[in-house]
Amino acid sequence: MSNETDLSRRGFFMKVGILFNGLVATALAIPIAGFLFSSITRGRANAYLSWVPVGRVNDFPEGETRLATFRNLYVMPTDGKTVDTACWVRRLAGDEFQVFAVNCAHLGCPVRWFPQSGLFMCPCHGGAYYRDGSRASGPPERGLFEYPHKVQNGMITIQAGELPTPGGTAAALAGGKPPCAAQDRLVSIQSGELSNEERA
Amino acid sequence: MSMIAKVGDWFDRRLQLAAPIRDAVEHPVPRRTASWWYVFGSAALTVFILQLVTGILLAFIYVPSGSEAWSSLQALNHDVTLGWFIRAMHGWGSNFMVALVLIHMAQVFLFGAYKFPRELTWIVGIFLLLMTLGMAFSGQVLRFDQDAYWGLGIGASIASRVPIIGSSVVKLMLGGPIIAGATLSRFFALHVFVIPGMLIAFVGLHLLMVLKLGINEWPMPGRIVKRATYVSEYHALTKEHGAPFAPYAVWKDLFFAGVIILAVAACAIYFGPFGPTGQPDPTIIQTAPKPDYFFLWLYALLSLLPPSLETPALLIGPVLVIIGLILLPFLFGEGEKSWRRRPIAVLSVLLIAITLGTFTHLAGYAPWSPRMNAWSGDPVPERFVHHATALERQGALVFQAKQCRNCHAIGDAGGQRGPALDSVAVRLTQDQLIRQVIQGGGNMPAYGKNLSPAETTALVAFLETLHPAGQAAARDASRDAVLGVNQAKRAGIQP
Repeated sequence: MSNETDLSRRGFFMKVGILFNGLVATALAIPIAGFLFSSITRGRANAYLSWVPVGRVNDFPEGETRLATFRNLYVMPTDGKTVDTACWVRRLAGDEFQVFAVNCAHLGCPVRWFPQSGLFMCPCHGGAYYRDGSRASGPPERGLFEYPHKVQNGMITIQAGELPTPGGTAAALAGGKPPCAAQDRLVSIQSGELSNEERA
Repeated sequence: MSMIAKVGDWFDRRLQLAAPIRDAVEHPVPRRTASWWYVFGSAALTVFILQLVTGILLAFIYVPSGSEAWSSLQALNHDVTLGWFIRAMHGWGSNFMVALVLIHMAQVFLFGAYKFPRELTWIVGIFLLLMTLGMAFSGQVLRFDQDAYWGLGIGASIASRVPIIGSSVVKLMLGGPIIAGATLSRFFALHVFVIPGMLIAFVGLHLLMVLKLGINEWPMPGRIVKRATYVSEYHALTKEHGAPFAPYAVWKDLFFAGVIILAVAACAIYFGPFGPTGQPDPTIIQTAPKPDYFFLWLYALLSLLPPSLETPALLIGPVLVIIGLILLPFLFGEGEKSWRRRPIAVLSVLLIAITLGTFTHLAGYAPWSPRMNAWSGDPVPERFVHHATALERQGALVFQAKQCRNCHAIGDAGGQRGPALDSVAVRLTQDQLIRQVIQGGGNMPAYGKNLSPAETTALVAFLETLHPAGQAAARDASRDAVLGVNQAKRAGIQP
């Protein structure tokens, strides 16, 4: 056997070896990618979302907005306090509620409720919202995120589990709420009517 | 042969590193590069090594767990001997490293060092800058406190704006649906393994190219870089008129690096470690999160951009900046190096520095944020109500109780979100004041639903007293004509 054919034979084996390793790496890449992207795939079809109780209906006086906390159902042992979440619960009357995320619709800072002026104010970039969650002023392009909620057996439960972000699932759930309810407000001002709840 | 030389010789016969190291250390450099302007790169490297050392020391105690990270930082601050000092060195080292990398970059740009044949050195340098900023952000997350928690929320809100895949990007970034233990763990992996590993590799590459291509010569006005002739010209500068890097130039690097480390230590001792602030408990919402120093300019930018421009600016802006920086050496790879002949380059650096500096300064007192406690903390100064009627005093009460102070300063105290109202009566007539209060506008919320007619009347009566002595309040002259002066007086319009 000549030296040349021996070399090409070795060269062929080297190529086979590289190909073999390439195949092994590809095969291994599948479970690695599966692990790496599990936080996305697991959340498909809103699997992170669940109905969680935020309190008894009677804990929330009519016409007022109160801070409530709930615990995320999707929990890991190292989460610590981060699974406790706050939300603003507004009871209009009876079983009529609105539940807002504390996260500003601009960049997620926690908004605070000022009952005297009927505004939610954000400490970060100065976003402000009216009592119904609609945008009042500042950089947010929309109103506060609203959790879907239902009242059952005297308990109010909300559908939560994901950090509300402008492009996230929560924003989609909040649905087609107009970014600004200015139209609405102008009408009520012109007619000069102020309900008790609004005046509170 | 002495014993030490023999041992050294024994090792070198096996390692064979002495000759290449000597070549590297003594490689000739152009004489004028032995300058204090050339010390920032080596100082950045020195601080990077300091960060590696202090980072490893912190990892002896720190626990990257959502439930324990905060208390392990408290232990470092208060229980572990000199734990506070190591934390402070690491935190201040981070500030210094970002600053040094930026200064180094500005110097390299002004000296034309990115031009042929050092294009790739510049591009690797851009990635080093991005990784340094990545370290700064991920490091702030590891200080798992309120600022870290809400800072992650801001990061997630920005990431979620990416079209189509935004929601997935957020979950990938957070390691789950919310900011929690998994988020901290993955930022720990990034901050401790992934980015430092890449940094070490890229720093090695960066240095290798500095050695292979030689340090940039001192730019002389009129000495034009041409691809055809540059290498031989540089060869003449180094081989014929050059001097060995060690000891000719290196002593300045050594001195400056030592001074920088001392400065980091001095800041660490004097100012102490950064935080941690309150616990990362999302139910505590009485917090005004702020980013660390090097991202303050971004905080300001996000407040000042028109809302409609924000998402494009956030998503496209950085891409354009990075592409621009990468293209720079290809677009301007030849020509003048000296800043004396490159006015646009000098103006660009000044413009960027002044812009970043201004934004950072603004972010220091955040005039765009309502002052959440102004309404309960800053009373209306006595001089504004001294001779006031009962109605006007009632108005001052409304002004206070309805949180107007959170956005409007009066007597230099209060928020700066809206205009100061010390002389608002000069600017707006009674009707305009009523309209502004009830309907809002110009970035002010409408208060129509939250003020009774009586409250509005009182508030506007008070606002109408806010004008400098000797300067009359604005009034609508047509009202006098329509109502007659006496009736106008009765309606509360001051003639």
